[in-house]
Amino acid sequence: MTRESTSQTLTVALMLCGVCSFLVSASAVGLRAKQQENKALDKQKNVLAVAGLLNGESKTEIEAAFEQIETVLIDLKSGEAVEKVGKMPAAEFDARAAVSSPRLSINVPAEKDVASIKKRAKYSFVYIVKKEGKIDQIVLPIHGMGLWSILYGFVALDADTKGIRGIGYYEHAETPGLGGEVDNPIWKAKWTNGKQAFDDDGNIRIEVVKGEVNSSTPDAEFKVDGLSGATFTSNGVTYMLQYWLGDHAFGPLLERVRDGEFAEPQAESE
Amino acid sequence: MAKPVDVLFDPVFKKNPIALLVLGICSALAVTTKLEATIVMCVAVTVVVAFSSASVSLIRNHVPNSIRIIIMMTIIASLVIIVDQFLQAYAFSASKELSVFVGLIITNCIVMGRTEGFAMQNSVKMSFLDGIGNGLGYSIILVFVAMVREFFGTGKLFGIEIMKQSTEGGWYVPNGLMLLPPSAFFLIGVFIWILRSIKKDQVGAS
Amino acid sequence: MWEHHLNLLVRSIFIENLALAFFLGMCTFLAVSKNVKTAMGLGYAVIVIQAITVPANNLIYNYLLKPGALAWAGSEYAAVDLRFVGLISYIGVIAAMVQILEMTLDRYFPKLFIDLGIFLPLITVNCAILGGTLFMVQRDYNFAESVTFGVGSGIGWAMAIVALAGIREKLKYSDVPDGLKGLGITFITVGLMALAFMSFGGIQL
Repeated sequence: MTRESTSQTLTVALMLCGVCSFLVSASAVGLRAKQQENKALDKQKNVLAVAGLLNGESKTEIEAAFEQIETVLIDLKSGEAVEKVGKMPAAEFDARAAVSSPRLSINVPAEKDVASIKKRAKYSFVYIVKKEGKIDQIVLPIHGMGLWSILYGFVALDADTKGIRGIGYYEHAETPGLGGEVDNPIWKAKWTNGKQAFDDDGNIRIEVVKGEVNSSTPDAEFKVDGLSGATFTSNGVTYMLQYWLGDHAFGPLLERVRDGEFAEPQAESE
Repeated sequence: MAKPVDVLFDPVFKKNPIALLVLGICSALAVTTKLEATIVMCVAVTVVVAFSSASVSLIRNHVPNSIRIIIMMTIIASLVIIVDQFLQAYAFSASKELSVFVGLIITNCIVMGRTEGFAMQNSVKMSFLDGIGNGLGYSIILVFVAMVREFFGTGKLFGIEIMKQSTEGGWYVPNGLMLLPPSAFFLIGVFIWILRSIKKDQVGAS
Repeated sequence: MWEHHLNLLVRSIFIENLALAFFLGMCTFLAVSKNVKTAMGLGYAVIVIQAITVPANNLIYNYLLKPGALAWAGSEYAAVDLRFVGLISYIGVIAAMVQILEMTLDRYFPKLFIDLGIFLPLITVNCAILGGTLFMVQRDYNFAESVTFGVGSGIGWAMAIVALAGIREKLKYSDVPDGLKGLGITFITVGLMALAFMSFGGIQL
């Protein structure tokens, strides 16, 4: 059997495939549990960070802090909590994957699509933070287009659903130093000092303005300083809040929260 | 026959894969905004080069010439997948930051270049050392670039604040260009300039 | 529908240029850009390969690898998630496609083969090709979109390398400091080109 013969070629190819596929599969299967744990922890960490409850990065600290949070899957159209999507238990729902499934997503009509997302999942997780049995804040996942990329993040609302408690993004590819400043703690802190998302008539008023907000103007509580040099990203943040807090997205849910639903513990979906 | 020490250290200074041979640049540019991610990337590349060289060298006498390239590709791709799986399990935040660039190690020319150019003719031990050496040569430039970019771009090193930024109440106005990809080109250009001014024999044609 | 594809095409050529915005395929980009004619040859080869491999990998991803993709084989396979063998399958497809294209050209278009032949093996290890596929997977393009994206990203890369080759041809007549000659000045040129390309950012059709 010479080195260049057909049988030698086939033998070498088959043996190599065997060895490689064994190693690859072994590592993938062996490490899967750890990877999924990482993903889950990462998500929890992001929620905690926006809610201002993140005390430490370690696994035990994150899990302990997350105990005060209820994860609920809701049907965006009605704002009702659901336990199952079709046959799938709520815990297995993946909002990102759902966007590409025709069954689990809807098209956002062009006139409503201020955040330029085109499609969204029909369901979404929301995170309810409770203190002493009462709703303390509600953390909602949001996303929308910035300059370069879609920004994914969370916004935390007060129990009355009007005040904003915090905002934060965990994934984006905006220009570092300009739009990328959405990650700047100083800018994020500007959202935590009593900004209001809605006015008393229930209109969404919150916006990121160009330049600095003059705090003496009467509607300063609806305005947040813009990111300098990043008009597109700043507008993107405004638009995605307008969309996600609006009637086409979390509106029905917020309505129910104001009516006192969700005060009782929900069936845990995670 | 070259000495093991030379095989290990030549690629770091004398025959640097990035500066002299222009190999493996793609990933060098995209992942060098933060030192931490850069170092993870360097370790990943070094591991892949070393082990793929060693494995290719191990079977070099049995591989038919006609399927040589695809066999190397398979070995390299398997190693990269394994490294990727480990990163996702044990260095999750870095692997998120590196995203597709971990996968692109497969097409990092250093890996293919060393397996084809060195490991096919040399013993397992030498190939392994050569792989480590080239990995280090790649790392030294990447770490240099990342250090400059992170330091001047954000005033930090390893995420630890050294110069307080003006946006956070300090005095340092960060150089935003450093965080943009083109700055990596300028830095590598300058690095090559310095290297070639010291070592005149490396001056390229045209 | 057409608008969407036109938008995608323009984005992949100019705004998200694989070479100048994502820096993929740099090794070949720097090595084979000394004159316009060769750069052009490589450019064509990349367009062809990109237009074939991205859609091909799209089919592999959608019908074999992604969770639920194997549902066509029977409901018991619906839960299988094979994404972890993605990298190796994509690179396999790329290597095989390059090889097949090489043989087809050799057999039916000998003239084209002589022009492109030497570049084809280089393309297997061109990260722009694998990168194109990985971006396609990450952004979850459907089949039609993957065709547009494949063609567009190929054209974008080809355009960038031809432009660089044009500049480098002129650079021969410039007085560059000794240590900066050759590679050094090329890096700086590419940096400037990349800066120029950033000005396309934010364009939305």
